[in-house]
Amino acid sequence: MPIEILMPALSPTMTEGNLARWVKQVGDSVAAGDVICEIETDKATMEVEAVDEGTLAKILVEEGAEAVVVNTPIALMAVEGENLEEAAQGASSAPPVAAPAPASLSPSAPPPAVTVHEPAAAKPAAEPEWSGETETRTVREALRDAMAEEMRSDSKVFLMGEEVAQYQGAYKVSQGLLDEFGDKRIIDTPITEQGFTGLGVGAAMYGLKPIVEFMTFNFAMQAIDQIVNSAAKTHYMSGGQIASPIVFRGPNGAAARVAAQHSQCYASWYAHCPGLIVAAPYSAADAKGLLKSAIRNPNPVVFLENEILYGHSFEVPKDGDWTIPLGKAKVLRQGKDVTITAFSIMVGKALEAAEALVAEGIEAEVIDLRTLRPLDTETLVASVMKTNRLVSCEEGWSFAGIGSELAAIVMEQAWDWLDAPVKRIHGADVPMPYAANLEHLALPQPVTIVAAAKEVCYR
Amino acid sequence: MASTRGKAGAIEAGDDKGLNGYDKDTIRDLYRTMLLIRRFEERAGQMYGMGLIGGFCHLYIGQEAVVTGLQAAALPSDTVVTTYRDHGHMLATGMDPKGVLAELTGRAGGYSKGKGGSMHMFSREKNFFGGHGIVGASVPIGAGIAFAHKYLKEEACCLTYFGEGALNQGQVYETFNMAALWNLPAIFVIENNRYGMGTSVERAAAHAQELYHRGQAYGIPGQQVDGMDVIAVYEAGKEVIAKVKRGEGPHIMEMQTYRYRGHSMSDPAKYRSREEVEKYRSERDPIENLKGRILKVGTMSEEDLRAIDREIKDIVADAADFATTSPEPDPTELWTEVLVATA
Ligand SMILES: Cc1ncc(C[n+]2csc(CCOP(=O)(O)OP(=O)(O)O)c2C)c(N)n1
Ligand SMILES: [Mg+2]
Repeated sequence: MPIEILMPALSPTMTEGNLARWVKQVGDSVAAGDVICEIETDKATMEVEAVDEGTLAKILVEEGAEAVVVNTPIALMAVEGENLEEAAQGASSAPPVAAPAPASLSPSAPPPAVTVHEPAAAKPAAEPEWSGETETRTVREALRDAMAEEMRSDSKVFLMGEEVAQYQGAYKVSQGLLDEFGDKRIIDTPITEQGFTGLGVGAAMYGLKPIVEFMTFNFAMQAIDQIVNSAAKTHYMSGGQIASPIVFRGPNGAAARVAAQHSQCYASWYAHCPGLIVAAPYSAADAKGLLKSAIRNPNPVVFLENEILYGHSFEVPKDGDWTIPLGKAKVLRQGKDVTITAFSIMVGKALEAAEALVAEGIEAEVIDLRTLRPLDTETLVASVMKTNRLVSCEEGWSFAGIGSELAAIVMEQAWDWLDAPVKRIHGADVPMPYAANLEHLALPQPVTIVAAAKEVCYR
Repeated sequence: MASTRGKAGAIEAGDDKGLNGYDKDTIRDLYRTMLLIRRFEERAGQMYGMGLIGGFCHLYIGQEAVVTGLQAAALPSDTVVTTYRDHGHMLATGMDPKGVLAELTGRAGGYSKGKGGSMHMFSREKNFFGGHGIVGASVPIGAGIAFAHKYLKEEACCLTYFGEGALNQGQVYETFNMAALWNLPAIFVIENNRYGMGTSVERAAAHAQELYHRGQAYGIPGQQVDGMDVIAVYEAGKEVIAKVKRGEGPHIMEMQTYRYRGHSMSDPAKYRSREEVEKYRSERDPIENLKGRILKVGTMSEEDLRAIDREIKDIVADAADFATTSPEPDPTELWTEVLVATA
């Protein structure tokens, strides 16, 4: 049975090409890997190499032929022991790999008959209301405690970043950790974000559980390729074989008077990406409980802290095993007139606004989103169905921001319940200015939230 | 810490240099693995031409001796990371040709269930960590795996393969610095195939004739190896792997090699002459080179080699059969494995 040699495609979009030159002639013996002919398109020339061995028995398409359709037989090859003339009569069966491409590979294929919808993700249960003992902790201490507790119970957990060890953390979050865990597990890195982030991802792929601290998330832009392309996508690309259990943490958002390159909220950047989990806590209790969950989680978690909040104190449960589930928002204040959502430092401002709104006779419901991906849409939608109004707050820019996403979600899932357009509170659409008065103007303040709440309540 | 130029001299056809010291099985395995990669890649190219493989498909033809020699020198407990030009590396680490080819055709039987494609395959079992598409990004990842070996006190090293084009990426030097600073068991293998897409190494890299020097500023020793000579690669690999495992820190190996085919499938090939390609093929081919020496020394007979040819032909035919008959992934696979499921 002679083998049919078919016109190959140089690219998935190529449908036809020219047969530029026959390198082998009838009667020539062909070994696997030998160049038999050259084909060309307007973009490229390619040598066609033999995959099988035999003798060229017949040329079906002469050299110089133009617009030869892909997969047209261009020659016949006699295999070992076959008579050339007989072989030239034609192939009696197709070569073994000539199976047609599946329908979906063809550009003109109709869409598949079954449309598959995104399955509903399993909803985590909310943490039980804490009724035990508490202690007063700053957010800074709570984060440190979370890391220390997890490092005590799992030897695979380690911390790396700039100034995390000897200097005790640029913002003193890792205070005392070097003393307790030593320099094998608390590692000062050079100032090379892309490199040490990639190194952390590699260590995670092999099964360690790195915590990578960014001095601030502004500098993680140098490493965002490793976070998104390497950490977030590999589990999927490997068909579930390789996980990246890693936490990327550090301060995010505006600090005070540090200007444009050091004051930006990256929440919507990371929340955009499947394969990542994104948390942004406000209170010390949430910071601790969520960071512990993040370290235990087998996925890459982007953990957005806030420099200004580091020194704020809150009550934190006194229990080394107490955690907060990722993916659960928290209603901090019940209200029936308007839902106000916020995360990180904006939660404090939202609570202040809600307090001020009491005097206006408006009962605001304040939701701390806590996790941005996966977002707790259930809590959000249930609240909007009750209040019929939504004001979303964030420090970041509005375009394609978290507020834009919330607006889309309530439009899709609670349209009939909405009594007013969603109002987005966000940072001014400018690079952060340095001057004190301009910086204040660029950031959303409680009065802005109060005004927005009144507006959606038509007051 | 001086860099050394390896004994890279071209081996005369029929020269028995280096072959006598080895048993038949070692030589046979080297020949067999190179041939498997060659035949596999030719088949992949053919199937691409038939529309069975989509997108990018970067073939390893011409470079077989590099990964074959080094992986023969490594142990299964050593780890491997590479770029998108990864088919040869997977075969050399012992991954099943069926699963690799089925990934190229985007089928359920592929190593990534069809969700990774030619550039993204992994095997935890074979310690193969991809298959990475961003030029340079796999280098810190490899150092991270080496870091993990050290952290876990394992006697293993990580071989990180990347192109001479990738070598110019900033993150490579960030990685060299950390690997040296932390004395990681990392071997950085520069596969200098002379081109990054259509740009020759001379047009992209300063001091292109000695890329193995690039670790000097960090005190990382390096050497140049004739990457067309599998025995030279194997010998250099044995030495370097042993040294790195003794805790002597990272090492750079510049493999001088050549890619016969285009960068990916659609390559105008205007950046190099036909003669240049032909010269490598006819004078430096790693498979022909070894074959000539085997016959000269008499390690194996013509018939022995033909038997290997037949065996490989069957393996590749079976792989092609599997890759074309394995079903496409179930539509529900679209949504799975984005995250590791948690209880
Ligand atoms: C960061 C990045 N830039 C550009 C590309 C596109 N690209 C893919 S391969 C390649 C050439 C790389 O050459 P080299 O490192 O020598 O590897 P080779 O392809 O020769 O194996 C380029 C520019 C990419 N994948 N990633
Ligand atoms: Mg190259």
